[in-house]
Amino acid sequence: MAISSTEAPRSTHLPAILHFAATLGVALFIMIAGLGISVVAALAVFTAVNAILPDIKLLQAVLVMLLGVAACFGYFWGSNRILDMAYPARGENIAANINSANAIRPWLFLGPAVVILGIYLVYPVINSIILSFHGPDGNQWVGGANYAWLAKDAAFRESMRNNIFWLIVVPTAATFFGLVSAALTDRIGWGNIAKSLIFMPMAISFVGASVIWKFIYDFRPQGSEQIGILNAIVTFFGGDPQAWITLPLWNNFFLMVILIWIQTGFAMVILSAALRGIPEETIEAAIIDGASPFQIFYKIKVPQIWGTIAVVWTTITILVLKVFDIVLAMTNGQWGTQVLANYMFDWMFRGLDFGRASTIALVIMAMVTPIMVWNIREARKDMK
Amino acid sequence: MSSVVGTRPALTWAVHLSVLFLVALWTLPTLGILVSSFRDKDQLAVSGWWTALVPAERNIVARAAPPEDAVAENGNWIIAGNVFEGSGKATAFGISSREPAAYAVGDTVELRDGGRLTLDATGDYTISYVKKPDGNRGQRIFVTSVEPPKFTTANYRTVLFSEGLGKSFINTMTVTIPATVIPILIAAYAAYALAWMQFPGRALLLATIVGLLVVPLQMSLIPLLRLYNDIGIGKSFIGIWLAHTAFGLPLAIYLLRNYMAGLPREIIESARVDGASDFEIFRKIILPLSFPALASFAIFQFLWVWNDLLVATVFLGNNEEQLVLTGRLRELLGSRGGNWEILTASAFVAIVVPILVFFAMQRYLVRGLLAGSVKGG
Repeated sequence: MAISSTEAPRSTHLPAILHFAATLGVALFIMIAGLGISVVAALAVFTAVNAILPDIKLLQAVLVMLLGVAACFGYFWGSNRILDMAYPARGENIAANINSANAIRPWLFLGPAVVILGIYLVYPVINSIILSFHGPDGNQWVGGANYAWLAKDAAFRESMRNNIFWLIVVPTAATFFGLVSAALTDRIGWGNIAKSLIFMPMAISFVGASVIWKFIYDFRPQGSEQIGILNAIVTFFGGDPQAWITLPLWNNFFLMVILIWIQTGFAMVILSAALRGIPEETIEAAIIDGASPFQIFYKIKVPQIWGTIAVVWTTITILVLKVFDIVLAMTNGQWGTQVLANYMFDWMFRGLDFGRASTIALVIMAMVTPIMVWNIREARKDMK
Repeated sequence: MSSVVGTRPALTWAVHLSVLFLVALWTLPTLGILVSSFRDKDQLAVSGWWTALVPAERNIVARAAPPEDAVAENGNWIIAGNVFEGSGKATAFGISSREPAAYAVGDTVELRDGGRLTLDATGDYTISYVKKPDGNRGQRIFVTSVEPPKFTTANYRTVLFSEGLGKSFINTMTVTIPATVIPILIAAYAAYALAWMQFPGRALLLATIVGLLVVPLQMSLIPLLRLYNDIGIGKSFIGIWLAHTAFGLPLAIYLLRNYMAGLPREIIESARVDGASDFEIFRKIILPLSFPALASFAIFQFLWVWNDLLVATVFLGNNEEQLVLTGRLRELLGSRGGNWEILTASAFVAIVVPILVFFAMQRYLVRGLLAGSVKGG
């Protein structure tokens, strides 16, 4: 909430700031009251019902869920009621009351979201920066030691190298395949079914996809029957079976294939909508001029959807920076496949060094920041 | 477009074939584990899933009954039995590992200890001796057999009831449903305030939310873990619900605000004129009208929470009681790396619900994607 008080002063004077602070104060008070009442009520119901409920975990979970939702509703309804009672829209102060209530109400609506976002996303960014200057348990000041360690760490350099590979290959390949499949499926009768099927991997978890692809890369020693389809194809054409995910450097690309497989559908759906939005006239004109379908695609259509391609690209880029499950499940960073997100997880869970893990997290954050700034600028343009 | 394609039949065919190829490439991996999960585990271990429908050739090593089981019959000592545990069709057999298929079915082989072994196609063997054999180990028989394709649901029974996947399934449900419902409610109110109410700081809040959209989860893990331990939430379902709620909020608010801001101003103004309060306008007008956007976000959040591994590992931990599907799957990948009957069935259990939701609600998912990314998000 401190965020907002910095913006107010530009147009107003000191009393206005005080007034705004008072508004927030009252809003906070009503929020706490509303939340308190609904949580206490929910807890009371929970205790009462739980006493007569049979001891089944799923039932308890359902109860907790219903009460959680009820408490949410209770908060919004209750805080609104309290506000109406505190500033009734009648009596001698009616105008002032309505104004006050209107100033406070947005904050009651926003309250839970602002508080949760503050605790779970804003505070951690600040806290991570502080932790990166501290030792393993996060209590001892070590200055820039974590950064110095990072600069010299071989595994970190390997992670950076691999992350750069991922950043180049995955968004490019997924966008390319997405564009091709969007262009092709838009031309045929069963295109929608084809789209659904190419889009489907998006619903599969990274771990599930890892199992699926590990089965494809499965390796049996030469001479025995291959049950992984990749080695079966290789041996069918007379090659030697390979343990794909242990091949240095190449294994990174075998892992990337998984993410490309998942993300192509996303790129396809968005690019397909963009392709359909292209004005018909430009295409008709090209046809009349005798352009071939390939020329129409590369010279007329693609240039018109560069904006959307950029959005798809950046969205996948952000995902790539956060990718962790695939590497964890497939190789756990062995055989030279480490990436930043998994390396951070490694230091957090196995290395138990919160300082170093926070430092690695900050590197990921730094890599995301340019995209974040660009997004905010684009969004502000949109909203004007 | 049809006019372009229509003039070139060859190109039309090329398009059809390319799409077919792409679709095959994108569905075969999933089909592979689906087929495999229903195969007999012995067949799965020795032949590719694409051969699931053809009879499998298998080499088995059986051991005949020990000599002490020999029974006297017409002056000879006979050992008899069947080499198959279930049923099968033998095509060849042998008595040494170097030549496991040396003899055709029906041949008679002289053994080193003087017995005469025959094996017929059903797998019945007889060894006859002139005098009572001794020793206590049975003769090894190498059999090449052709087995009909076998399909079974036994793999699913195993993973659901003895590998703990059933419990994980319930845990995942317990995590997912509240973590999908709670952020919708909180985000909807916030989105309404950001779209239709006037207050100082609104633009800054909006920019902050767009910024938070891309903050990597990795930033939040350690500070929150420490916070949870300090205030005593520890590793509990409440903790993970709140975490997922928070991580889903920026997208939820962003999607819903964009949608609500696009609703016709007249409806809201006329309701205000009629004396409706913001609370009533929200509940009676905005919320029902925003259903498509709410559904879009609900699907996103459902898929994301169901498929999440990172948040669950950090905030619920790896203990047997609270392990979710993705965590269980990862554990099985480590401990049952070669047991593909377990892994394929488990993977399918883990992905079946999201896939069903995906196919049932695809329309809303696509709409949400378009709203979320084309507008510069």
